[in-house]
Amino acid sequence: MDRVKMATVWLGGCSGCHMSFLDMDEWLVDLAQRIDLVYSPLVDVKEYPEDVDVCLVEGAVANDENLHLVRRIRARTRLVISFGDCAVTGNVTAMRNPLGVALEVLKTSYLDKSNLHPAIPSEPEILPVLLDQVRPVHAVIPVDYYLQGCPPPADRIRAVLEPLVNGVWPELPLAERRFG
Amino acid sequence: MNSITLTIDGKLISAPGDQTILEAARENDIHIPTLCNLEGISAVGACRVCLVEVSGSNRLAPSCLTKVAEGMQVQTATDRLREYRKMIVELLFAERNHICSVCVANGNCELQDLAVTVGMDHVRYEYQYPSCSVDVTHKEFGVDHNRCILCTRCVRVCDEVEGAHTWDVSGRGMQSRVITDLNQPWGTATSCTSCGKCVQACPTGALFRQGSTVAEMKKDRELLDFLMTAREKKQWIG
Repeated sequence: MDRVKMATVWLGGCSGCHMSFLDMDEWLVDLAQRIDLVYSPLVDVKEYPEDVDVCLVEGAVANDENLHLVRRIRARTRLVISFGDCAVTGNVTAMRNPLGVALEVLKTSYLDKSNLHPAIPSEPEILPVLLDQVRPVHAVIPVDYYLQGCPPPADRIRAVLEPLVNGVWPELPLAERRFG
Repeated sequence: MNSITLTIDGKLISAPGDQTILEAARENDIHIPTLCNLEGISAVGACRVCLVEVSGSNRLAPSCLTKVAEGMQVQTATDRLREYRKMIVELLFAERNHICSVCVANGNCELQDLAVTVGMDHVRYEYQYPSCSVDVTHKEFGVDHNRCILCTRCVRVCDEVEGAHTWDVSGRGMQSRVITDLNQPWGTATSCTSCGKCVQACPTGALFRQGSTVAEMKKDRELLDFLMTAREKKQWIG
């Protein structure tokens, strides 16, 4: 059987979902037999490739780089999975939204609350530009599957990936659909 | 009270005529999800989670407020109801800033549990991200409006059980907030007896004991059960 071309990406999140992914421990060895990890923070590939079978998207869409990447992912991926609460709901990443638009958030964080060299960081072409509002992934592109949890426990990730790499649609029990 | 007969989900049952559909269903082990409902205080039908279909009527009826009637045919779990319940829960999540992962009630929250029950895997509606305050002026308790669903359990338990009526609701629509006394900081609300019943009645992490951090605020419903039993049945043994 052909290997599944899998990608994982890390948008506006803390990488906790990826840490939980690594917590699948020895099953990763089995998984590695079934997939080609074509793009991920865990591998050194710069460009998101064409023709990806499944992509786990961690994190919310918080800046222009996230937005650009997630659109490219949708165009080049068969199955997009919102991976963890930030991707599914915005979660902690979206806690800045009630503060107002990007400039208000930057002012609050870097000017009003700063007592050491207050200045809004600006490095065009290096620092991505914050979007005015953090959005969950499905608010920006169509999403095929939602994997809840902050982070999703390793067993829950496995319960989704194991059927998927065997060509079966994963049916998580309700109890595994818990946020937080 | 006369006993009447009705069917709930096709099951023929008899119930006292002054019972609500919800009470009759519970006595017959038929589970209807609820959120604003709390045994021992009045029902208000605020959350609409307990809506049921009554044959002969196109309108959905809140089972916590609708009395049983002779020959009534009730459905509690049709596809339409399941879809509406899911929508209601999604709208509750979209209306305020509910962030389970950093909430004091994570793992002990009726809203979080309900999302699991109704199978909410994501929220289809635009999150509103309202600006909400946190009031920790009370010496023991705090209120975080980000997590409030306006179920008014706090208002009812304070008025009907404690008899203080410290809590009420101000504003309309998106501007609605639970308030203490004359919309003043909780710590300055002189009618508050600091009994804490509101905190125990609150289904989410909106009302909490100060000093509790993520997932530490477990609500003690048994305390309320004990008080209600004591009041209504004059029994002081919990």
